[in-house]
Amino acid sequence: MTPFLEISGVSHSYHTLEGETKALSHISFTVQKGEFLAIVGPSGCGKTTLLTLLDGLVLPEEGSIRLEGQPVESARRRIGYMFQKDCLFEWRSILENVSLGLEIRQRASSPHSAPAPPLPPDAQEELLSMLKTYGLASFAGARPSELSGGMRQRAALIRTLALKPDLLLLDEPFSALDYQTRLTVCDDICSILRSQKKTAILVTHDLSEAVSAADRILVLSARPGSIRAEIPLDFAGETSPIRRRNLPEFSKYFNQVWKEMQSHES
Amino acid sequence: MKADRDRKYSAADRDAVPEAVPDSKTPEAKAPSAAQLDYLRRTRLVRSQVRICRVMVFVLFLALWELGASTGAVDDFIFSSPSRIARCFWSMAQDGSIFFHTGVTLWETVLSFLITSALGLTLAILLWACPVLSQVAEPYLMMLNSLPKSALAPLLIVWLGANLRTIVASAVSVAVFGSIMTLFTSFSRTDPDLIRLVRSLGGGKGAVLTKVLLPSSIPLLINSMKVSLGLCLVGVIIGEFLAADAGLGYLIIYGQQTFSMDQVVLSIVLLCLISALFFQGISLLERRLH
Repeated sequence: MTPFLEISGVSHSYHTLEGETKALSHISFTVQKGEFLAIVGPSGCGKTTLLTLLDGLVLPEEGSIRLEGQPVESARRRIGYMFQKDCLFEWRSILENVSLGLEIRQRASSPHSAPAPPLPPDAQEELLSMLKTYGLASFAGARPSELSGGMRQRAALIRTLALKPDLLLLDEPFSALDYQTRLTVCDDICSILRSQKKTAILVTHDLSEAVSAADRILVLSARPGSIRAEIPLDFAGETSPIRRRNLPEFSKYFNQVWKEMQSHES
Repeated sequence: MKADRDRKYSAADRDAVPEAVPDSKTPEAKAPSAAQLDYLRRTRLVRSQVRICRVMVFVLFLALWELGASTGAVDDFIFSSPSRIARCFWSMAQDGSIFFHTGVTLWETVLSFLITSALGLTLAILLWACPVLSQVAEPYLMMLNSLPKSALAPLLIVWLGANLRTIVASAVSVAVFGSIMTLFTSFSRTDPDLIRLVRSLGGGKGAVLTKVLLPSSIPLLINSMKVSLGLCLVGVIIGEFLAADAGLGYLIIYGQQTFSMDQVVLSIVLLCLISALFFQGISLLERRLH
């Protein structure tokens, strides 16, 4: 059986006039459908580069990335990406922001109709019901600046989920939030992803976030990033990040990941 | 604390102090506190003082000018005077010539402004869409932008003839390079994360342009329109100085040659009014878009 996502032998470098920087070296791993994988590593170890490659926007110099056997660059429609910043457009209302992906996709499928066709009413309905589910219904017409950081990040998640991706890539999506908001938003978003059984890859430099959210953790080494350890997490079925933080396993796993990272710094 | 409140109000609305607190959604809206009322009163007072001072400066200037001219302290043959300007306007309004000349200048300015805006936006988009082209064009744009365009006017007359085309060409040449460079700079400074988002959602260059670049550049677009409208007026007057038989620029040169300073100063006053009118027009557009 082919794994849901298969990364094999991926290496990648950045090129400038001054020279070449190797960012990733021989990365191989697989992700099963419905799995929540976290990738941690020291800053500058190529975590974001890896996500960019997984998004299919840039092709790796070596190796291959396949989504259910299909090269990732031709499966880009099935992948959603969440950024560190919420990237909401200040000139659009929240409803218009979350419909951005649908607008672009619709445009791409009918490139010759000069004025972009309006979204079909059922798509509008669906977006509104998503806003309602995630507690943003009364802000549909509001500008992003009227929302708190946590609400903005939830709006960004709805924008990504509106395209119904099979694989979600999360690039430190909580790191721009203050600590308290971060815990609750992480809990919110993880429970949303769990309830929809999404396959997700979370990149973060926050070890406790990784341990609280994921099913499995990959530890990357410093640049050029390569996989140094793989730590499966078992919380006996507990998936809520906030509740996980109170379980005895939490500190055990935290220490294990911490040691892995320390041992490679020296 | 107080500074915070001040800033909030001046940013929210510069022209009108609201009678009550504007945001009716906030619970305090129903009963503004004494401190709030006091704040509103003080702000309104300052604002009316500014308005009164503005009018006073204008009236005082006119009065001193007129007084100087009538007592002979100012030679009104050379410097003209408010009453002579008014008389000149009246006589030129009788035969309609002043409206004709003003209309010609207005039309030429609007025409060159429209051409400049369309050309500036199109070329800026082209430069953004094609990075190699922008690198090739950069030094030439810099050179053309800092070249004194009035030097081109005699050349334009030879190429295009002493007519509307020369005037519009000289106005466009004054304004267009700055407009291209401002817009292109704004496009290239667009937040790369927003562009990356659109790409990640599956959008191509066209989507980046229509969803991010243009909407995020609207404030700058309007600013650049303000600047280029002013520059178009400069270019039109340069053109009219050299190549026209109508328009306010022509009237200034003609008045100077026939030593009727009233006509010259009247034309300048009308140019001031036109500039103010244009500025107000764009500000109106700006408010409409917000």
